[in-house]
Amino acid sequence: MLEIAAVNSFYGKAHVLSDLSFTVARGQVAALLGRNGAGKSTTMKSIMQLVVPRSGAIRFMGHDLVGLPPHRVAKLGLGYVPEDRRIFTDLTVLENLEVGRQPPRDGTVTWTHEMLFELFPNLAERRHNRGKEMSGGEQQMLTIARTLMGNPSFVLLDEPSEGIAPVIVEQMARVILQLKSEGLTVLLSEQNLHFARAVADVAVIIEGGAQKFHGTLAELNAHPEIRDAYLSV
Amino acid sequence: MGFFIAQLLTGLANAGALFMVASGLSLIFGVTRIVNFAHGSFYMLGAYVGYSLMQVLPGMVGFWTSILLAGVIVGLIGVIVEICVLRPVYRAPELFQLVATFGVILVIQDLTLMIWGAEDKLGPRAPGLAGVVRIMGEPIPKYDLALLAITPFVALALWYLITRTRVGVLVRAATQDREMVGALGVNQSWLFTGVFFLGCALAGLGGALQLPKGGADLLMDFNILTAVFVVVVIGGMGSLPGAYLAAVLISVLGVFGVTYMPQSTLVLMFVIMVLVLMVRPYGLFGRPEVAGEHGQVGEPERPIKPAGAQVRMIVAAGLALLGLMPLYGSSFALVLTTDILIFCLFAASLHFILGLGGLVSFGHAAFFGGGAYVAALLVTYADTPMELAMLLAPLGAGMAAIIIGWVCLRLTGVYFAMLTLAFSQLLWSLVFQWGEVTRGDDGLVNIWPSSWASGTTVYFYLSLVICVGGILFLRHAAHAPFGYALRAARDSARQAEATGINTKRVQWAAFALAGAMAGLAGGLFVFSKGSVFPNELEIARSFDALIVVFLGGVKTLAGGVVGGVALEGVKDVLTRFEYWRLALGVLIIVVVILAPDGLVGTARKLAERTGLLRTPEDSK
Repeated sequence: MLEIAAVNSFYGKAHVLSDLSFTVARGQVAALLGRNGAGKSTTMKSIMQLVVPRSGAIRFMGHDLVGLPPHRVAKLGLGYVPEDRRIFTDLTVLENLEVGRQPPRDGTVTWTHEMLFELFPNLAERRHNRGKEMSGGEQQMLTIARTLMGNPSFVLLDEPSEGIAPVIVEQMARVILQLKSEGLTVLLSEQNLHFARAVADVAVIIEGGAQKFHGTLAELNAHPEIRDAYLSV
Repeated sequence: MGFFIAQLLTGLANAGALFMVASGLSLIFGVTRIVNFAHGSFYMLGAYVGYSLMQVLPGMVGFWTSILLAGVIVGLIGVIVEICVLRPVYRAPELFQLVATFGVILVIQDLTLMIWGAEDKLGPRAPGLAGVVRIMGEPIPKYDLALLAITPFVALALWYLITRTRVGVLVRAATQDREMVGALGVNQSWLFTGVFFLGCALAGLGGALQLPKGGADLLMDFNILTAVFVVVVIGGMGSLPGAYLAAVLISVLGVFGVTYMPQSTLVLMFVIMVLVLMVRPYGLFGRPEVAGEHGQVGEPERPIKPAGAQVRMIVAAGLALLGLMPLYGSSFALVLTTDILIFCLFAASLHFILGLGGLVSFGHAAFFGGGAYVAALLVTYADTPMELAMLLAPLGAGMAAIIIGWVCLRLTGVYFAMLTLAFSQLLWSLVFQWGEVTRGDDGLVNIWPSSWASGTTVYFYLSLVICVGGILFLRHAAHAPFGYALRAARDSARQAEATGINTKRVQWAAFALAGAMAGLAGGLFVFSKGSVFPNELEIARSFDALIVVFLGGVKTLAGGVVGGVALEGVKDVLTRFEYWRLALGVLIIVVVILAPDGLVGTARKLAERTGLLRTPEDSK
């Protein structure tokens, strides 16, 4: 469904992704693993065209994304949940959801406020609160809910477990599995292998912006040396 | 009591147009981060378009239709400007778009002159609302009462649009983080264009609505712009209730000012603004601007370095050529070159705080004109010799910069910029209205150099030495530890603080130095012309310097000087034509679009691409 082929991305002069390639199949939950600075967020941004790759191809359901403006990428059905949340702090929960709202899309779930409030019960109580009045975990839920309002068929989750309380991390894991059961495809970036194990089918490990491993989690578990080389601190 | 109420009502009626223009400016800034200097021009267009429509459409229905249509038409003109001029430069460094909007001002000024002529247009009476109503014995024009009723309605409609509709939600979201709005599937380009339409339509509406009160003239654009900036700054950038409250405050005080202190109406407005900002630095309803908010990320600043041997030789050759000029140049060429030299020093002083300090001042003319007036007043009232006056000019301007800097540097970004503009306008209105001392609009005349320096050639050499010396001094300061500290404060104020630099003090000192240098240029100017008029303190003068710095290239050391030579040279050629503003405006817009790094920056990039110059990486 998503194919990244030999992508090179730069921040100014800094070469962040070098010939990165991997694929994600429909219905999969894929975990993009790597240490701090490995290029996980840049991969996500490159897919969304928030960082435009200098070379390589990114194909999503038959469309080449490279060079498209980000809103066109989103319109194709890619939903992006940024790592630093970036909710609109001056807007209420309902208004934040409104910004994300897009028309229904064939072949994927059409989300309503009720469905999202069922998925994230905390948001229901705070629907008229402004973004800045919410806790970190609630903000994280809101940013996912906001993206789902666009009825994506594929969700990019950048470090969903970062900086939130353990009990909410568990809730995140349940949400991701729920999305999978609804037929959505998910690519999530993580430093936390434990979290990835709980939700992901396949793992892609990157280091220095290049792919070092691509396989199922079972394969990864069978090779502790890979984990030791690229993931442990 | 009745008189008091009548005054209050007039003030409230006047607030209408001001509020509409200010809210439009505020909306556009919120979403696009562009301070649309051309907003006053759209207001002026609204008045002229409305005037023409009212000639065609008769009666009461025609009158109100004309006003609405004027709003729509001006909105559409705004859309054209947004698509043709601003879209290509959204990605340019922050505030560069300003220059493009300067260009738009010039173009609209001349197009209006071409279409409607130089004569002021007397606004038609509103049909059915011609007379006055007596309230507690005082006559109130009926049209004022109509405006009183309309303005809250427009404000409410706008409030509804912004708080209750999807468009409004998107606008507010984009104000905070437009990149994220795009990543959620919203086409930002159309959102920008839509906001531009709305903002310009509001300005046009304001212009058409005030026709029966003020008519239409070619000075409307700058006249309203100052008031609008004051309103937006007092109310808080991006706040509609703030814009409304501030518009009412300024208008009501303006009306009372005319009655009780007719000599200081203009000054009053700025005094109020300064007072508000002392208490609430981000306006009544504004919020602090967060540096580095999501949105625009420019290319990292390149380190600047002292000129290499090659460049030094070119500069030396240029200077030699200049020095020998009296041998081959006509006396007209000498006068023109003197003008250019003085202007270059002025521009270089702005470049010093803008390029190196990151302090965008919209009011640098305060120090240029300030220096000129210090010298002129000394000569007029104290028979001061030229030498002493020229020494005291930078001193006086520097003192002014110390005081103004102390207030302005409490703020950052666009608030700083607008505050500097307000101060320069304050100074301008002081000079303009304090006729007993400054002779107001008549200016101060007969300010001639000492006899030894009165010849064209001698004065040329004097200017050459002082201006080149001043520019070299500024360059030297840029490479001194002081310059490093200033650049550090620009790039990362917090990190600079953490390394022990008192960033505010460094910026304050730089502001004072730049003010003094501008004052020196002003001193030279007044003796070269023999007179000085309030327009040396005007916004247009500050804009000249800004255009020069941006066109030359903010991020390059030579930017100010190169831009100064280019602009003055081009102006000298263009002003011989009738519609030179139009030509200059178009030229500015074209340069902005084609050379977003300024003349020097673009030339350098071209040279690097073609291999004439080495890039910083190559030389590592």
